[in-house]
Amino acid sequence: MWGKLSWAVIPLDQPLILVASTIVAVAIVSVLGWVIARGHLPYLWKEWLTSVDHKRIGVMYVVLALVMLLRGFSDALLMRSQQALAYNAPGYLTPEHYNQIFSAHGTMMIFFVAMPFVIGLMNFVVPLQLGVRDVAFPVLNSVGFWLTATGALLVNISLIVGEFARTGWLPYPPLSELAYSPGVGVDYYLWALQISGIGTLLAGINLVTTVLKVRAPGMNYLRMPMFCWTTLASSLLMVAAFPILTATFAMLLLDRYLGFHFFTNEGGGNVMMFMNLIWAWGHPEVYILILPAFGVFSEVLSTFSGKPLFGYKSMVAATMSICLLSFMVWLHHFFTMGAGADVNAVFGVATMVIAVPTGVKVFNWLFTMYGGRIVFATPTLWAIGFMVTFVVGGMTGVLLAVPPADFVLHNSLFLVAHFHNVIIGGVLFGAFAGYTYWFPKAFGFRLHEGLGKAAFWFWISGFYVAFMPLYWLGLMGMTRRLQHYDVAAWRPWLLVAAGGAVLIFIGIILQIAQLVVSIRQREILRDSTGDPWNGRSLEWATASPPPGFNFAVLPTVGHEEPYWRGKQGPRSQAATEAEPVYLDIEMPRNSPVGFICAFFATAMGFGLVWHIWWLVGIAFFCAYATFVVLAWRDHHEDIIPAALVARLDRANRQARSMAAARL
Amino acid sequence: MLLLKWANSWRVLANAGRQRPVRQPHGANVALGVLSAFLLAACHAEILDPGGPVGKAEGRILVDSLAIMLAIVIPTIVATLLFAWWYRASNTRAVYLPEWNFSGRIELVVWAIPIMVIILLGGVTWIGSHDLDPAKPLAAETPALEIQVVSLDWKWLFIYPKQRVASLNQLVVPAGVPLHFSLTSATVLNAFFIPRLGSMIYTMSGMVTQLNLQADNAGTFRGLSAHYSGEGFSDMHFDVRAVSANEFAGWVNTNLAEAQALDATSYALLAKPGVPAAAATYRSVDPDLFAKIVSRDLAPSAVMDTAHHASAGDRPEGK
Repeated sequence: MWGKLSWAVIPLDQPLILVASTIVAVAIVSVLGWVIARGHLPYLWKEWLTSVDHKRIGVMYVVLALVMLLRGFSDALLMRSQQALAYNAPGYLTPEHYNQIFSAHGTMMIFFVAMPFVIGLMNFVVPLQLGVRDVAFPVLNSVGFWLTATGALLVNISLIVGEFARTGWLPYPPLSELAYSPGVGVDYYLWALQISGIGTLLAGINLVTTVLKVRAPGMNYLRMPMFCWTTLASSLLMVAAFPILTATFAMLLLDRYLGFHFFTNEGGGNVMMFMNLIWAWGHPEVYILILPAFGVFSEVLSTFSGKPLFGYKSMVAATMSICLLSFMVWLHHFFTMGAGADVNAVFGVATMVIAVPTGVKVFNWLFTMYGGRIVFATPTLWAIGFMVTFVVGGMTGVLLAVPPADFVLHNSLFLVAHFHNVIIGGVLFGAFAGYTYWFPKAFGFRLHEGLGKAAFWFWISGFYVAFMPLYWLGLMGMTRRLQHYDVAAWRPWLLVAAGGAVLIFIGIILQIAQLVVSIRQREILRDSTGDPWNGRSLEWATASPPPGFNFAVLPTVGHEEPYWRGKQGPRSQAATEAEPVYLDIEMPRNSPVGFICAFFATAMGFGLVWHIWWLVGIAFFCAYATFVVLAWRDHHEDIIPAALVARLDRANRQARSMAAARL
Repeated sequence: MLLLKWANSWRVLANAGRQRPVRQPHGANVALGVLSAFLLAACHAEILDPGGPVGKAEGRILVDSLAIMLAIVIPTIVATLLFAWWYRASNTRAVYLPEWNFSGRIELVVWAIPIMVIILLGGVTWIGSHDLDPAKPLAAETPALEIQVVSLDWKWLFIYPKQRVASLNQLVVPAGVPLHFSLTSATVLNAFFIPRLGSMIYTMSGMVTQLNLQADNAGTFRGLSAHYSGEGFSDMHFDVRAVSANEFAGWVNTNLAEAQALDATSYALLAKPGVPAAAATYRSVDPDLFAKIVSRDLAPSAVMDTAHHASAGDRPEGK
């Protein structure tokens, strides 16, 4: 009846897990209880859970990322403290537990923090920047988000029901095969990522179509803001790369569930095939993450320098060449597999070639600042912190692309330091910059600057204190994923690194405080103009938060920076510009399809993990039925009457002209 | 500064093109020497303190590549901080160019600088990859000592086929003699790595990888698995003892005379998952043992029925 599931799978003997899960459960129950007691449930359901509005979905993606960041970071604290303690000692985490933690940390941070964060920002910003009302496929967008959330939920369920994978964030066979990992951990990993991978693919298809086909009149390709370009590049990579991931995991699942031999030791399986396939996805994946961050920095540096982006066309060329090149370098993840010198050399050089467009980007940001009037708001700090940090990470990356250097650094803590250097210093800093930059657009008030800056300083100093010792430890020959060690010289550096993690922890607490304080002081931080940073692109041309339809009248674009151009005229003129003719607007109706599908997908994933086949059958049938019901709907759009549009837009225009008058 | 950089770059190319093993002190690059000395004094950086020609060549490529890139990276960081500070909004002396967004000359330079650096580094990479290909035999007059390496759960078996001896979790080699390793795994993926000697390489079941190393002087080095392989991974390290030729011969003879035999039965014991309490040695090794492991004729059948990792999903089913 219940497959492999029994009471025995709940780790009652592990107090740490029990305490952690209890805290999470209490948090979930109390949030839910608060929502229900205050009568917010209908609001939550109507306005958020079933929303197909790209802005709401974008915000929910970011919320998911922030919550999962807490989980992923708790894992990081456990790992750093374990390694600080485990010199000639077992530490406090058994290998069984520690191995799950580092696997979960990587999986969480990449798939459920970095991915939803950048997808959320793209979702929120891109239609606004393109001057349109929504993405190309609004319901699909909702489904994509909820499938991502399903994956995150499954990974978190594994904390208390059963176990998570102990194979690292990429489950290299044969370790991940049934012979060596008979438990459900790898199955949790695989099904969670299969389901969320479909969500990511849908998000990619949606964003590509939006950028290519849904733009305001006059918004041709070379007038798109840089962030839209990086979104296009990143989403193209999602569409091209995620099917590879799905196929690779499908093969591993066939091995595990049906006794196939794709990657096993026996029967002609080949582990090298898995490595090639997983990195054919995995390398583009890092560019899926970093390209949107590059876009954020382009927007932020240009806005806060009060100048257009330097070398826009060069930046476009650089972005698209990174997009192409990222597919041609996957082999550098396993130079140590023993491929011939020619193969290694070709992939090493190809990898370095990516450093060219990336270097161009850095120099162009530099010249964007040149001759500017730089305002040091929180997003600026993240951007400058990024530029300084990222060039170091890029440099160590190129170093690892030199095969003879990689032969002594591969899989060491040097490698760990490198990818944290680019992912924290690049992706995460970019995400935080975007989060602070666009927060007033989403909610109508700014985030508290003082706390934001304090968080930045703790994050960046914490990053350096935590990861520079790891570079050094790599040079000392310390390899990654060690649960304990007996080399005395490593210990002081691991203690320093643990101190760095504490600094980052303070940074995170300050960010939580920033959010709480900003919400409490929202009237003081209120921005009624819709343009708090003196912005340049179209998202600042509408109210904050924007109405559901974004723009009362679609803007006509005649320039790279249409909104900035518009502002160059006398302010009074802009404010008293003749009122447009308002028309009825058709907007997609809310739909619970995404939420319901995700509910059944969760049940199906859980059933598949535990071999509860009847549950799998029922859940799959229900998810499919939901889709059929959706397909047969005959009323999928609502009309927003012109009168309502006019009322909302007049209020916005009035607020803007009042703000302009105050200046 | 620029001159020094170029001098250094050419040195890399010139050195990389030369036959290994060579390491000559180079007067032209005092700065680097000082830097390395400082780094070495600071700590036990095994990668920067190599004990053999492969490690030395790799360490040099590492440091030189780093130096080439630092020549660009440091000015970039300085310029970033300088521009950010000078063009701060409150600085009334700084010029404001609100419309300035293109300069063909600057574009040319910003594309040219990374391209030139990458051409230079690409050369280093191409030559270095071929010179230091792990499968390429070392240039030496003495023939290489053959060693077969098997990664097991979670231990290392070293077979000396010519000497008909083997050892577990300790690698004894003659100093100054090239070593040729053939490597495989009886179980999951691992990576064989002796940081102070250089190049690591994966061990994969059903496949044989090749690696050539050499220890220049007698000494003890740390060896380890550099690829995570499951529960006992953290204990999967071993000592490498580089000894004189006489000592090595003595070690072989002692083992031939006194150690236990390594045959199918004792191998089956080794193949069981676990971390051995101590290093061990063996005599009269079946000459085909390694080949049988590679072809999986000696597959650790125990793996399939005993739990490799006890796990939640494996626990007895509920009612």
